[in-house]
Amino acid sequence: MLKVENLNVHYGVIHAIEDVSIEVNDGEIVTLIGANGAGKTTILHTITGLKKATSGSVTWDDTNLLAEEPSKIITHGVAHVPEGRHVFVDMTVRENLEMGAYMYGRKDKDKVIERMDHVFERFPRLKERQNQLAGTFSGGEQQMLAVGRALMSDPKIILMDEPSMGLSPLLVQEIFDIIKEVNKQGITVLLVEQNAKMALKVANRAYVLETGKIKLSGDAKELLNNDDVRKAYLGA
Amino acid sequence: MPKKMKKNYLICIIAVIVGFLLLSLLFDTGILGKKSAYFNGLVVIGMFYTIIVCSLNLLTGYMGEFSLGHAGFMSIGAYASAIVTTLISDQVKLPSIVLYLIAILVGSVAAGIIGFLVGIPALRLSGDYLCIVTVAVAEIVRVVLSNFGIPAITGSATFGKSFAGIAKVSDYHYVYITMVVCIFIMYCYIRSRYGRALIAIREDRIAAAASGINVTKTKVLTFTISAFFAGTAGAIYAHYITTLVPTYFNFSKSSEFLAIVILGGSGSLTGSIVAAPILSALPQLISYVVPAFASYRMLIYAIILVVVMIFKPTGLFGGREFSLPKLLEKFTKKKATEGKE
Repeated sequence: MLKVENLNVHYGVIHAIEDVSIEVNDGEIVTLIGANGAGKTTILHTITGLKKATSGSVTWDDTNLLAEEPSKIITHGVAHVPEGRHVFVDMTVRENLEMGAYMYGRKDKDKVIERMDHVFERFPRLKERQNQLAGTFSGGEQQMLAVGRALMSDPKIILMDEPSMGLSPLLVQEIFDIIKEVNKQGITVLLVEQNAKMALKVANRAYVLETGKIKLSGDAKELLNNDDVRKAYLGA
Repeated sequence: MPKKMKKNYLICIIAVIVGFLLLSLLFDTGILGKKSAYFNGLVVIGMFYTIIVCSLNLLTGYMGEFSLGHAGFMSIGAYASAIVTTLISDQVKLPSIVLYLIAILVGSVAAGIIGFLVGIPALRLSGDYLCIVTVAVAEIVRVVLSNFGIPAITGSATFGKSFAGIAKVSDYHYVYITMVVCIFIMYCYIRSRYGRALIAIREDRIAAAASGINVTKTKVLTFTISAFFAGTAGAIYAHYITTLVPTYFNFSKSSEFLAIVILGGSGSLTGSIVAAPILSALPQLISYVVPAFASYRMLIYAIILVVVMIFKPTGLFGGREFSLPKLLEKFTKKKATEGKE
């Protein structure tokens, strides 16, 4: 279980995250929705150590993530798919996936091959193009690769940062199908999204973030029908 | 695949040996006559340039950060090794190979340590800011050396602002082998998992960090290795030229190294290996043939740089490695098809 309690994060004097508390139970899809600049990405970056918190706590199965080195967090089964399809454009697909298994080191080659087979099985398209440079991929394929790379570390929870960003509606649907499927395999998902409608449809529970504070939280289906949410984020 | 790799290694080893034999043929048989010593010097200069340019390429090409202070690390290697070898040769008479090895070791380690110490705080920065820090480090080293000098510790060498009387042990045989070893180590580093991590950081820092790569550690390691080999080059230089003057290691030296890296192609070690000897020896040769031209060295540089940037913006080899085995393969294939026709 991922537990974020009373988290405060500052950028200089700007109080970006104010007393945010989030809980993600095992096997759930939890989504964090909110407008641009609400602090969604900051929360994810704080969880994986890319940004330092001012106060509060982040615990994952009794591990205090705030005290961990960013490079060690992935070894606890927490994988992060960064916003905007961060793939290594000058590396091939296979090399990109190998980077995802970086934490296994040199000795655990069998594990890397096993994970690679697993990812290829789920994404046959990646297998077909394993020797192609990631930079030549379309946006949707890059997002798929980024998810595949996160799966290489055999995670228990995946933190996804706006996977639908800049994708066509058809591809958005495909990415959300992937998220649902990943979740079905028993991987917990914390999904950060601006596309509130899609996110609320796939999620079990949701938090609504507004300028660094949690404004609403609850069952995703209920929020989908909540008048305030509809007005603010769903345009209806 | 391993068989092919074995073959490739074999071809490279043969190329290295042929290069060595060619040099021996040129200088040991005395074909060049009186001019032998002069060309001998050019070759040594070309070789230590190759080492330092390759080391800078680790930073520029693979880490994606610019350093305009490599002359500073080079001077640390040069002075540290020179002090130690002068002290030693005052006490005991050692064969030149031993003295050379000591010089290389001391120079490299000293520069490596300074690189590590500078790297820890400096690599929190990136881009222009890191660049400014490297300039500052090199300038601090230069200013300290030119103002304080080195206290007279021994009798035979003259210490002070310039440092003379260093043993001349940088024989081109040793230097050639050193160069090959240095390049081999750097090549292995790039091909290792650390090298791959380094490229990942260059391409996308956030994605690399999210994949469990320790960004700071990898960067500091690379910076240290780069400074280490800059120190090697410095030690070779000191024991070839025998007199050190702090002003040699100035800002224009650092920018010259960077210019060569970019001309050869940043991210291509072979590019550096080709560009460094040509660009270091060429201006010397020109000023040898036409002495009046000596002061236009940097002008030639600027012109070459502008021309290459216009016609080949990624440098001569543009991030790719030149592969002798592949070239041979192409050649033999061509011949085979020609033969069929």
